[in-house]
Amino acid sequence: MKTLLVILMSAMLTDNFVLSKFMGICPFLGVSKKLDSASGMGIAVTFVMICATIVTYPIHHGILVPNHLEYFDTVVFILVIALFVQIVETVLKKTIPSLYKSLGVYLPLITTNCAVLGVTVLNIDNGYGFLQSIVSALGAGLGFMLALVIFSGVRRKLEFADIPETFKGVPATLIAASIVSVSFMGFSGLFG
Amino acid sequence: MAENKRSPVRELTKGIIKENPTLVMLLGMCPTLAVTTQAMNGIGMGLATTFVLLGSNIVISALRRVIPDKVRIPSFIVIIASFVTLIGFLLEGFVPSLYDSLGIYLTLITVNCIIFGRAEMFASKHGIGVSILDALGMGLGFTLALFLMGSVREILGSGKWMGLTIPLISESPMLLFIMPAGGFFTLGCIIAAVNKIAKRKPPCEVGCSECPHAESCGGRAGDKP
Repeated sequence: MKTLLVILMSAMLTDNFVLSKFMGICPFLGVSKKLDSASGMGIAVTFVMICATIVTYPIHHGILVPNHLEYFDTVVFILVIALFVQIVETVLKKTIPSLYKSLGVYLPLITTNCAVLGVTVLNIDNGYGFLQSIVSALGAGLGFMLALVIFSGVRRKLEFADIPETFKGVPATLIAASIVSVSFMGFSGLFG
Repeated sequence: MAENKRSPVRELTKGIIKENPTLVMLLGMCPTLAVTTQAMNGIGMGLATTFVLLGSNIVISALRRVIPDKVRIPSFIVIIASFVTLIGFLLEGFVPSLYDSLGIYLTLITVNCIIFGRAEMFASKHGIGVSILDALGMGLGFTLALFLMGSVREILGSGKWMGLTIPLISESPMLLFIMPAGGFFTLGCIIAAVNKIAKRKPPCEVGCSECPHAESCGGRAGDKP
C-alpha cells in the first residue's frame, strides 16, 4: 500500500510529467490560458492515460513478451492510443453528449500528446505491476492537471503584466513556466 | 504551402532559418527541452529526428495516392513509429552511450509534432524529391536549434562544452541551467532573441497553426483571444 502511495505522489509531484520530464508541453502551453479549458484537458488526459495503461499492459505482457516481440512496443502502443482516443470520442458522442461537448475538442489533441505514450512506455520500463501501472498513470494524469491548473492561474496574471516587446507571448510564458518548475523542485527528495 | 513553383534550394533552406520548426514554428518542444542538457545530446536527438523525418517523408509521399484520406492519421503514425523503432535499434547497436542518454525521449520521437506536421502538411501533398529536401531542411533546422539550446545550457550549467572545459564558469557553474527550470528559461530567452533579431511580431498561438489537428479542433482548444 505504501509503495502505491509513493508511486502516486512521485508521479504527481517529484517527477511531474510536464515540469520535470517535459512531456505534454504543447497542451501545457496551448491550453492553459483559461482555468476551465485547463481542467477539462487535464481530466481528458488523465482518463486516456489510465485507459491506455489498462489496455497496453496486458498487450505487452500477454502478447508481445511471450512472442519475443517487445520491440514492437512503440508501434503497438501508439496505435492502441490512437484507436482508444477514437473510441472514447465516438462513445462519448453517442452516450454522454454533454461531457463530449466539454471534452470533445481536446480528444484529438491527446493522440499526439507525448505524455500518454510516455506514461505507458515508462510503466513497462520501470517494471511496474498492473496495479502499480494504473496508479502511476493516475498520478501522471493528476500531475499534468495540477501543472495546467496552476499555470493557468499564472498566465492570467501574466496577461496584465507589462512585458518588454520582444518577450511578449511565448518567451514570457516559457520563463513563467520555468519559475513554476522551480517551485516544483521543492518537492524533490520528498519521497526517496 | 501548396504552390509548386518554389525552387528546390528554397525547400531545403526554409526549414533552417525562416521556418525553423522549433524556434519559429514552436513545434517539438518536448525533446527541445528534455534532452538539451548537453550539446552532444542535442545533436544526437536532432540527427535521430532527421532520420525519422527523412524516412517518414519519403514513404508517406511515395504512398500519398495509396493511403485513403480517412485512415491517413493512423497510417502516418504506423509509418513514423516503424522508423522510430528502426533508429532505436541502430543507436542501441552502434552508439549505445547516446541511446542511454536519450532514453525514453527516443521513443517519443513518434509523437514529435514536427514529424507529424510535415507528414500532414507537406509529404502527403508533394512528390518524393521535394519531400526529401523538406525533411533535410526541417531536420537540420531542428538539429541546429537543439545544438544551440544544448550549448547554452551545457556552458552555463556545467562549465563544459563538447568535452572542453570553459574557464571561469566551470569553477562555479549555474546548476539551474541543466535542471528542468533552466530548460524553460533558456528556450524562452532564445525565442525572444530570435524575435528581436528577426524583428518579427511574436506569435500569439503556440504551434496551433501547424498542428495537424488544428482543423478538427478548429483552434478551439487553443482558446483564441
